[in-house]
Amino acid sequence: MAVETLGSRSPAKVSPWNDPVVRGWVFQIVVVGLVGLLAWFLVSNTVENLQRQKIASGFHYLEREAGFEIGDTMIAYSPASTYARAILVGLLNTLKVAVLGIFLSTILGTLIGVGRLSPNWLLAKVCEGYVEMFRNVPLLLWLFLIYKVISEAFPGPRQAIDVLSTFFLSNRGLYFPVPLASPVHAWMGLALLAGIAATVVMKRWARKRQDATGQPFPVIWAGFGLVLGLPLLVWLLGGAPHQMSWPELKGFNFEGGTVIQPEFTALLVGLVLYTSAFVAEIVRSGILALNKGQSEAAMAIGLSRAQVMRLVLLPQALRIIVPPMTSQYLNITKNSSLAIAIGYPDLVASVNVTINQTGQAIENILIIMAAYLSVSLSISAFMNWYNKRIALRER
Amino acid sequence: MTDMPVGERRQLAPPAVDTGAFGWVRKNLFSSWGNGLTTIVLALAFGWLLSWFLHWALFTATFSAATGAECRGGGACWALIREKYRYIFFGSFPYEQHWRPLFAVIAMLAMLILSSDRRMWNKRLLLIWGVGSFVTFLLMFGQIHIPLGLILFVALAVGGLGMILRGTLGTAAEVNGWRALAAIGAVGLVLRLFGVLPSWSLAIAPLSYVETGLWGGLPVTLILATYGLLFAFPFGILLALGRRSNLPLIKGLCVGFIELIRGVPLISLLIMASVMLPLFLPSGTTIDKFLRAQVAVILFAGAYIAEVIRGGLQSLPKGQFEAADAMGLNYPQKTLLIILPQALRVVIPPLINTFIGFFKDTSLVLIIGIFDFLNTANQALVDPNWAGFPGEVYLFAAFVYFCFCFSMSRYSKHLEIELNKGTRR
Repeated sequence: MAVETLGSRSPAKVSPWNDPVVRGWVFQIVVVGLVGLLAWFLVSNTVENLQRQKIASGFHYLEREAGFEIGDTMIAYSPASTYARAILVGLLNTLKVAVLGIFLSTILGTLIGVGRLSPNWLLAKVCEGYVEMFRNVPLLLWLFLIYKVISEAFPGPRQAIDVLSTFFLSNRGLYFPVPLASPVHAWMGLALLAGIAATVVMKRWARKRQDATGQPFPVIWAGFGLVLGLPLLVWLLGGAPHQMSWPELKGFNFEGGTVIQPEFTALLVGLVLYTSAFVAEIVRSGILALNKGQSEAAMAIGLSRAQVMRLVLLPQALRIIVPPMTSQYLNITKNSSLAIAIGYPDLVASVNVTINQTGQAIENILIIMAAYLSVSLSISAFMNWYNKRIALRER
Repeated sequence: MTDMPVGERRQLAPPAVDTGAFGWVRKNLFSSWGNGLTTIVLALAFGWLLSWFLHWALFTATFSAATGAECRGGGACWALIREKYRYIFFGSFPYEQHWRPLFAVIAMLAMLILSSDRRMWNKRLLLIWGVGSFVTFLLMFGQIHIPLGLILFVALAVGGLGMILRGTLGTAAEVNGWRALAAIGAVGLVLRLFGVLPSWSLAIAPLSYVETGLWGGLPVTLILATYGLLFAFPFGILLALGRRSNLPLIKGLCVGFIELIRGVPLISLLIMASVMLPLFLPSGTTIDKFLRAQVAVILFAGAYIAEVIRGGLQSLPKGQFEAADAMGLNYPQKTLLIILPQALRVVIPPLINTFIGFFKDTSLVLIIGIFDFLNTANQALVDPNWAGFPGEVYLFAAFVYFCFCFSMSRYSKHLEIELNKGTRR
């Protein structure tokens, strides 16, 4: 504090009571002491209450059998699995929704944000209406609305909407065939990674060439070809295994194939629609913050409107956009916990069932907090790294 | 843009009409082929959507029916809203007493609207909120018991604050007045603590008592959001000041708290408040579920508000702090009289946006079983007589939320322009 400058002028004459350093430490010790007292009060009560309710603390319950079903699992899980595995399944579902949500809402939000700046009055107004509509109503309400509409408006599995006998749309979700597991798939995955790596290398090469000769190279189309083409080539070389698992109506529901569940759809669609309204505002204000001369100069050298946006405005706006975007990404991750309200088994939902079954409230809450904090910190660390990478290097 | 090639000279055609309605349409809707195509496609899509919506919501809708079974006309069943609107707005509050939550909502809206007028931003605001809050809670509870301890505590707090702020500025008589008030409070509290003073409480009980478990609907949403923010505000200021302080322990505590709260979802805090808070307290004490949710909202809001206020504190030039020190003001005086008035002025618009966020986020309390506006709307769907019309109820609820949030966001935008008038170049 600036008081120190007054005090340090003549330290010899100051009585301890008026010495800001002493005062500061006294104040800090008092505050920390009070906080510690509060903590001690809470902890001692908790210990007493736990003893009275005969709840053993500790994480041993994690190894016990969970005994509850989970509707959507990315890894092998059955009610006989442990609580630890149930919570892991929930965490993976949270991450799945968060990653897809971040990806999709960035795309949709950017399109809408750019659309709001369109010279076309109607398009700008439609985008503005979209933003206002989604921003001003709670996310939870959108989730309920989407979920209820899906489960009420679509027919039951027996009357499922049949698209080419391949896709079956009912209130149990969208069923569609998947290829039966085959060793070729692992190689296709490798080919996909190789394609992505090759695209990155090609992009660097193309940039170097453009810097040297001025010749642009169609990186997007070539990259598309590499990313899709390499796995396809591997598939053909591997003997083109085309055995599929087809969904079939058995009893009251479909069997075989795979399914996108209505809970997942509602959660993802709701999150993406809601968050993209915020993303759109961030993108729009990022572009508006740029000097008008930038777009005028770009148009003056003969770029088309799309090129002006893609090559000149968006790369510069990105620097303004990234920090607020990071907090939107964190919001998506945290908001995915609303899954519990529509019955999608995410982390909070799994842990909540665990709390109700075991009574281990404190340990479970600690798990939730640790999981979200580490996910949040990883996202912010990544975005900070990215922000630094794209920051303007001033000379 | 015109497509005229640079450097080419030819006779220009006379300009097309670019004024009036025709010119506007040409410029904004059909300025190029792509643009025109976009306009036509969008207009068709929008027109189709609008006609479908009007058909559903108006032309084939049922506006009055005794049960849901009579609503099979194919369109919307607004009769459901007509039947259930009182439940949706006021929840399980005793039916014949619904005027109470109604007037409580009106009182809260009046407080909010009066506070939005800049001419009220002075001591009158305290009066408005004091009276308004008293009326609101008196109407909701029906009876209010103010314990003697609380009255003494308020006397101590007000007196202490007066002593700190006016200690070196006020006249001797005024300072003595504050000292006397604080002394009465302190002595009374000590006596009360040792049992010398009786556990008397001031009872104001003109109406029948309604417990918080029966509260529901709009008043619950408004109370959770408004009082959540009101109590979170001073808490957030303290956290922000703590985060900016250069006392390492204080700073560490505040940073830890803010980052912890901001890193986890509100739901986990609500679940914590509902399952863990009872464990934290001495056995035998029970806290009302509503209060638990309110505490969770306050803690959550405090961390977010702290970050908003920190932005305001950082925007102040260093000279303000130094000048206040040079005047010989102590830390509370410097903070409350010089720094905060300027810092808060900057952050009013983002604070309103934060409030909009909380207003929406209070809907999450339905997960721990509190009947806020969204939850009562949800419960209205459970009635088997009216099964099958979720869209109508949710659209209605969405409309109400939209009215609140949209007007607040417009106000915030307006205020931003108003407050920046002095600094705009």
